[in-house]
Amino acid sequence: MANSKITQDIEMSKSFFQSLFEVSEGERIKNCIQCASCSGVCPFGHLMVFPPGNMIAHLRADMFNKLLATDTIWLCISCYACTQICPQKIPITAGLMTRTKEELVLAGNVPSELQQAFENSQRYGNVMGQSPRKRGEWAEGIEPKIPLMINKKSAEVLWFVGDYPSYHPRVASTSRSFAKLLSVLGIDYGILGPEEVSDGDSQRLAGEKGLFEMLADKNGKAFAKYEFSKIITTDPHSYNALKNVYPELGISYPVQHYSQFLSERIDQLKPLIKQELKARITYHDPCYLGRVNNVYEEPRNLLTLIPGVELVEMVHNHGSSLCCGGGGGGMWLDGFQWEKAHARTSEWRINEALQVEADVLAIACPYEAPRFEDAAKMNPKAAKLVVKDILELLAEAL
Amino acid sequence: MNIIVAIKLVPDLVEELSIDADGTALDTTWMRLIINEFDDHAIEQGILLKESNGGQVTVIAPDAEGIDDMLFTAAAKGVDRVIKLTGNFGTTTNNHALGRALAAVIDTMQPDIVLTGVQAHNDLDGPTGPLLAEFIKRPYVGYVAGVKVDGGKAQIRKEYPGGLVADMEVTLPAVLGIQAAEKPPRYVPISKVRQAMKTTTIEEQEIQELTPEGGPTISRMFQPEAAERATMIEGSEDEIASRIVAILKEQGVF
Repeated sequence: MANSKITQDIEMSKSFFQSLFEVSEGERIKNCIQCASCSGVCPFGHLMVFPPGNMIAHLRADMFNKLLATDTIWLCISCYACTQICPQKIPITAGLMTRTKEELVLAGNVPSELQQAFENSQRYGNVMGQSPRKRGEWAEGIEPKIPLMINKKSAEVLWFVGDYPSYHPRVASTSRSFAKLLSVLGIDYGILGPEEVSDGDSQRLAGEKGLFEMLADKNGKAFAKYEFSKIITTDPHSYNALKNVYPELGISYPVQHYSQFLSERIDQLKPLIKQELKARITYHDPCYLGRVNNVYEEPRNLLTLIPGVELVEMVHNHGSSLCCGGGGGGMWLDGFQWEKAHARTSEWRINEALQVEADVLAIACPYEAPRFEDAAKMNPKAAKLVVKDILELLAEAL
Repeated sequence: MNIIVAIKLVPDLVEELSIDADGTALDTTWMRLIINEFDDHAIEQGILLKESNGGQVTVIAPDAEGIDDMLFTAAAKGVDRVIKLTGNFGTTTNNHALGRALAAVIDTMQPDIVLTGVQAHNDLDGPTGPLLAEFIKRPYVGYVAGVKVDGGKAQIRKEYPGGLVADMEVTLPAVLGIQAAEKPPRYVPISKVRQAMKTTTIEEQEIQELTPEGGPTISRMFQPEAAERATMIEGSEDEIASRIVAILKEQGVF
């Protein structure tokens, strides 16, 4: 057993193990029964040198240092499938996986694509490296005008727009749809425009906690300048950060995903949704709306408002939904993941939508339109499959 | 080994550039500065040399908005000493003046090797590296994409256009214009930068007088003129292909 002694780093492994207890419910890791459900349910577990269950085994053997010499942990897309399936309710994603990525970031073991996203977030406040001054440009030319908080000072609700809904040309279409819906519902709202920066949640889950705190601090200061009763967002990742993590930093406001906000106004919305859409629609539960925050029915209720819609479920639905591949830094690891896996979860998901003969794949997260549309282009059978956010479908049905 | 890295900040092209009212300089209202990309590689190469050969890395930069953050980031990456040159550097790039200012400081530091980025997008009077080398009377090699130091000599990999490379030897001390570090510039997490802000002292060296001789005098700056030379070819695929072939023949391409 001389070999195993060489590969042990008792001090490092023990201090890492201790650090996991700082995460909420973190001590549950002591109760791992090595059932390997986590490794089995992980979309990329079969490609990881150390899938989650195996990571825990190495931690217990004081050989965690071996993991830090590998890079397949970057295949983790923080989709919470492992956390959800764990019979011992160990916070695997929030604890083990995120803390391991933090160690890799500290050691400088960061794939270059991800490094770029981190550097952009730090310098420009958005992952794409776009001009911060242009954060509100998507709203130009829309009538009635999208109000900026800097002019209004107070509003009933503050709309936290997010990076992709602000800058990504495809996703900005979702933002315009939401603006239209807010307008017809007569909502008193405002956006921060250039005062807003990335919510930072996916950077946090990709191991850059310091960057997350820096971004949260900037957003917190912008929120504090204005009066509003709640925050609404079209992005489940922003929603997750604002609801579950910003409060730990003293930035605490009531927050809703648009599906919750609109569901509360369903009686007001119903008579306005008049255009028929004769289509089989299947809904993709975003990880950070469904599995992480337990919002499953509101998006479906909104879809069934549209006359003519037939809602069908894919094989993975609700809590077993298959991640689009964008979470936990996955948005900025496409090249890395392709190199390691030669597979994309988004392509598997498109296949599932085709299996139920859906006309439309409905989504509720800004990561998904570009990912699923790209994946659909890879599949000739998906030529007619339409990928649309629920907001776009609702706005078109007005 | 005493490794010195001379760097500068340049306008960040993420923000659109405009010309000021006088027409002779960039409007600084919205301009942000960022480290010259090649200088970032020079810092990385400096740290890699320290890791392989031991020694100390010093980064020297002229004062500019945002320079402190940049120097703290360099310190967090593993740079031992950071020096800021203070004084009035004006709004126009003058690498002759900058080269002399750097030379005055670097010459007294008895460097074994001096690294700079091979070029910067705002160089108007040639890159800093060869000027600095001239002012401290040391050899210069540019377009460097690999450095190994052994004793008093460095083995250099120099890149040429068309994918050609040359391996050459240079006697130290020498100035190298870095095209690319042997590894991409490393990422340093924010927590480490914050730590460096608490533990690093930025040394300031005042430059009494700049000597601009040899540098450019700007009489007027121009925005690039938008040309309308694109032609959209309409028609079926065959018609479009035939038209493209005809145009290429008209232009004498074949």
